[in-house]
Amino acid sequence: MLTIHDIVEKLGLDVKAQGDLQKDVAGCYISDLLSDVMANSKDHDLWVTLQTHPNVVAVAVIKGISGVIITNNRTPEAETVKKAEMEKVTILTSPHSTFDIAGRLYQLLMSGSDK
Amino acid sequence: MASNRRTIEGCFQLMGGAFAGAGAASSELKTVLMSLGVPQGIVRRASIAAFEAEMNVIIHAVAGTLHYEVTPAKIHIDVTDMGPGIEDIDLAMQEGYSTAPDWVREMGWGAGMGLPNIKRNADAFKLDSVVGEGTTLEINIFLTEENYADNT
Repeated sequence: MLTIHDIVEKLGLDVKAQGDLQKDVAGCYISDLLSDVMANSKDHDLWVTLQTHPNVVAVAVIKGISGVIITNNRTPEAETVKKAEMEKVTILTSPHSTFDIAGRLYQLLMSGSDK
Repeated sequence: MASNRRTIEGCFQLMGGAFAGAGAASSELKTVLMSLGVPQGIVRRASIAAFEAEMNVIIHAVAGTLHYEVTPAKIHIDVTDMGPGIEDIDLAMQEGYSTAPDWVREMGWGAGMGLPNIKRNADAFKLDSVVGEGTTLEINIFLTEENYADNT
């Protein structure tokens, strides 16, 4: 199974807040609606979103999310980074769009699960 | 052991608009439940219900309180707010219905999933509201002998 560290390397992501980079990534959930993530994401998912505010961290903690990828060159708010470091939630950023990140994650995670 | 069993409770003041502090109550409840050895699935259900309930107060009300109580029989969460109240509870329970303002929706809240999420994660759920006064919400998640293993 791929770890957060593997994903960071393969996708060239910036680490804005570092939790446990050795955490396994089981899958991925993509949504900008926080209640949707609370309802439908799974343990050890990566969460891809445009949201940058501190509530993202609270949702990630409750759901056991392995890491959050913020796309489209958006930067997490300072308070978000602070909270994430406190809660050991990994926050990553990418200049690429959600579509691009999703496509690459799909390839990586699906090929990982087939073999 | 039965002799060690006790009730653990906590109470939080919630302020309307205080988004940055959201999650304090649910996070404490989660810690308490984990220390009691409650299974992860139940901890998660309680945390989701408590967090959504916190958010409802922060989004819609002026202020409110969240009180939780954990006994060997159940996790009880009650939330009371001073807010606008809910005109039509059936409508509010409909997935996708929300009265949240646009700026709240831009944060990814106000998708009309909060109350349905709470209900889905609760074993018992009671919502009462008086328009112009406020709303009270009662959530119960039942525990059994096996999943309340207080060793402290």
